[in-house]
Amino acid sequence: MSTTTTRDLARPAKAKAPKAGPRRRLRGSRTFNFWLFTGPFLAGLLVFVYIPIGWSIYLSFFEARFTVTPSEFVGFAHYREMLQNDDFMGSLVTFTLFAAIIVPTTWALSLGLALLVNRLRFMRAFFRSVFFLPTACSYVAASLIWKMSIFNGVRFGLANTVLGWFGVENIAWLANPDPPWYWLVIVTARLWLQSGFYMILFLAALQNIPKELYEAAAIDGAKQGWQTFRHITLPQLRATSTAVILLLLVAAYQAFDEFFNLLARTTWGRPPLVELYYIALGQEQDYGRGSAGAVILTLLICVVTLFQGKIMGFGRGEESK
Amino acid sequence: MSALSNNNWDRRTVLRAALGLTAAGTLAACGSNTGRGGGSGNGLVQYFHAYGEAGTEQAIKRYAKAYKKANVTTQWITGSNFESKLFAALLTDQAPDLFEFHPQYQLIESGQVADLTDIVAPVKDDFNQADIASHTVDGKIYGVRMIDDPQFFFYRKSMLEKAGVQPPTTLEELVEAAAKLTTSKVKGVFLGNDLHAVIQPMIYAAGADTLNDKNEIAYHTDGVVEGLKQMRKLFTSGDLLLDAPADFWDPSALNQGLCAIQWCGMWAMPQFQQALGDDLGIMPFPKVGDAGKPAVYNGGWSMFVNAKSKNVDAAKEYVKWLWIDQKEYQEDWALSYGFHIPPRTSIAQSAEKLKSGLPAEGVKLFNEFGHFDRIGWTQAMITATEDVFANSVRKDGDPEAALDACDKKVNAELKKLFG
Repeated sequence: MSTTTTRDLARPAKAKAPKAGPRRRLRGSRTFNFWLFTGPFLAGLLVFVYIPIGWSIYLSFFEARFTVTPSEFVGFAHYREMLQNDDFMGSLVTFTLFAAIIVPTTWALSLGLALLVNRLRFMRAFFRSVFFLPTACSYVAASLIWKMSIFNGVRFGLANTVLGWFGVENIAWLANPDPPWYWLVIVTARLWLQSGFYMILFLAALQNIPKELYEAAAIDGAKQGWQTFRHITLPQLRATSTAVILLLLVAAYQAFDEFFNLLARTTWGRPPLVELYYIALGQEQDYGRGSAGAVILTLLICVVTLFQGKIMGFGRGEESK
Repeated sequence: MSALSNNNWDRRTVLRAALGLTAAGTLAACGSNTGRGGGSGNGLVQYFHAYGEAGTEQAIKRYAKAYKKANVTTQWITGSNFESKLFAALLTDQAPDLFEFHPQYQLIESGQVADLTDIVAPVKDDFNQADIASHTVDGKIYGVRMIDDPQFFFYRKSMLEKAGVQPPTTLEELVEAAAKLTTSKVKGVFLGNDLHAVIQPMIYAAGADTLNDKNEIAYHTDGVVEGLKQMRKLFTSGDLLLDAPADFWDPSALNQGLCAIQWCGMWAMPQFQQALGDDLGIMPFPKVGDAGKPAVYNGGWSMFVNAKSKNVDAAKEYVKWLWIDQKEYQEDWALSYGFHIPPRTSIAQSAEKLKSGLPAEGVKLFNEFGHFDRIGWTQAMITATEDVFANSVRKDGDPEAALDACDKKVNAELKKLFG
């Protein structure tokens, strides 16, 4: 949690670059140049990222309610408690479910959009911008639109109006967890918000695929469409796909706003960050347990990322050739 | 092959992209209001949750402006989680010097709120004694009540007549009435989108209480279990309005004809009357089971002074000036926007607006069936009972099991607070 609060503070530090020395010295010392350019950024990173992380680890070993300067050492008790806490463990299940839905759907949708936009002969810039625009919308604002106008439970909600044409009863999308329609609301909101950004990444990658490959394939008798896509486009996009999936996973781990805003006073549908928010910053103000949960979550993200890199060969890139 | 593949995503590129996203997030977070307007040394900051009635924010700011001894800045906190925003702010240097909230013991136990006995005691007899009792611990008074807000049902008389339904007197009858009142366009009953507003009323209506006088659990009774089962029946019947655009505290569900009966508060009565005229009745939460009796929840808001603020004395002085001395403003606050019952007996007695018609009926419900908050019933316990409703009313969980889980949390909290 600490990172979100420190981010606002990070702003002024970046601007405070040390005064540049005379030109001669600039050219002269490589070491000086290195520190000149990376120093301010590293300082910001240290003060606003690494120290809070360290502090959080420190807090996780202490009984810290209503304070961030605790004195009562409890060792690994909080870790044991968090690992036995049904709500926290349940939130990891919720996250897994969420990631299992949102990562493939966003990947497929943004790739599909990129392929469509890439084939356009005219108005390409227009459609590219239109699909990218939702990225600029905040998750909170989108959640409110989804909750209050598209997926509200009354007869004039957009979704219920459309269903009403087919004689379907009004559905309480968010209040009633059975069937769990709330997943539809959450997933569609996130799809709308993030697909455009990843579409741009895919579009760039598509335009990087050499035309010669397609020409050669055509000469060899490959059919347009699925065959070309399956054997040329998709393999050529492998590096981008891997990166997109990694970024999507990280984004899914950070999911907070839409869950927090759409699901009030529930005991379900809480990903880890929401659960930790309620522990550390809700009525409990329990920074010790909250930090322990955050450290567990961090370790988990590290393990998953390394594992994914191992499987998909991410990051081996240039060096391996 | 490798020469042709577009291997343009190495570690660095991804890192750059990730940093770019982070930077975008940081920029988006810029420009938030820090809450320290002006930055003058002896200024006071007060927190209010966003009242729904037009003119309330201007009124609070107008009172503050009329105070000459200090510059009082108002933070008008929107959104549905005022308590978590308040609790988080109280831990920081940006904490408000004074704030409105409900009397809750953990704030006193942790030394968060200042003792206000010296400013309240001289006029103690002019307050509703239930309000004094709910703010008193060991003879010390910790907050000044501004308004009392009874919550009860509002209903459309015409809709009940048309469906041949009498105002229900038991929860069972309410479930039946909801079924009869539901048409293709109108739902029978609205209890708010997450039902949290009717938890305490239902406990009271089942003849139980949140805690007893010895600060022990009093909500875990057969009557409450029975009530939870009937609430589950109502929730799944399809006769309950769910996911309405506005929550229970807003009059629009009933006013827009989305439902026939709505749980709301006295504060919205002027808006109901304006929209519906005489086609409006009120009733308490009907009794649950044979041992129950009808119930009204007497909520409300009080001013507290942050004991950890640097300006405790100045804040106390302001609270005394506005909420003890300035009766004109107190009356304006209670009656000019929504309807609230003034906790000061002298003001309540002279309040013409509450003396006839529906408002008078509301006052009657408040006096006859009203239950005030218990100071030992804290936010963590409230959240625990919200989980009971989530698990056994909105989800198909066993009410007994949900109450057992709740007992564990409440007992842990009670032990922490009272030993």
